[in-house]
Amino acid sequence: MVKVILPELGEGIQKATLSYWYFKEGEKVSEKDDLVELTTDKATFNLPSPGSGMLTEIFFHEGDTVNVGQTLAVIE
Amino acid sequence: MVFKLFNLGIMDYKEAWELQGKVFGQIKNNSLNSALILCQHYPVITLGRQGKEDNIRVLPLELKRMGIGVYKIERGGDVTYHGPGQLIAYPVLDLGSFKKDIHLFLRQLEESAIKFLSAFGVKGLRRKGLTGVWIGQRKIASIGIAIKNWITFHGISINLKKNDLDNFNLIRPCGMDIEMTSLETILGENIEIGRAKEIFIDKFKDEFLIPN
Repeated sequence: MVKVILPELGEGIQKATLSYWYFKEGEKVSEKDDLVELTTDKATFNLPSPGSGMLTEIFFHEGDTVNVGQTLAVIE
Repeated sequence: MVFKLFNLGIMDYKEAWELQGKVFGQIKNNSLNSALILCQHYPVITLGRQGKEDNIRVLPLELKRMGIGVYKIERGGDVTYHGPGQLIAYPVLDLGSFKKDIHLFLRQLEESAIKFLSAFGVKGLRRKGLTGVWIGQRKIASIGIAIKNWITFHGISINLKKNDLDNFNLIRPCGMDIEMTSLETILGENIEIGRAKEIFIDKFKDEFLIPN
């Protein structure tokens, strides 16, 4: 199991808004695929998939606020 | 540090978007560290990720009649307008070679524009929570970027010519009721785009510590 975690985005940035999922729950993803996009200020940031497998559970959805270090999803 | 400058003229939005993709690929496969694409665009409206179509004030048919395309793109921000009187700068930088800090990158882009304006004797300002560069309550430079694999694309547009400003009435810039201004409006004199680009290149390199 691999957790998809929101990494550090820079000094003083504690959270970001989830703006786009490239995959749906239950779909297969490969490591380094563009997985999810987050937005902070006037910037979008793409988080690549940290592993390959099935995207079994998504904890945050488009429009949700996510804190740095929180788990966005699980890949198994 | 392998830096490449693309000092281009007026081009279609889509063409510049594709070029950013190509340069992005070169940076991703390590044949470049950083690039700066400078150009102008034929009139176009773009909607960023927070873009709401309600913020376009005219009907699609009217835009079509005016020959103005609309693109939904992956940058941050709401709606904006680009036209030939703006200096458009797309920095494609591997932030791994600079600093992996999204907000710092936004502030550095603002600073490049502030230094650029300063070369014309104009004081550009930041406004808290309103990314971009302002002259008083009016906006002169707009920013919207995207980052993938810590490589940046999209960028900043600076209003140089006053005759382009009318087209901002087609939209609610950034989804707000704000007024735009241009360098020509402030100075009351003609701004030559070629010279402006040279100054911007210099200030951008200075801000990002890119050697000449």
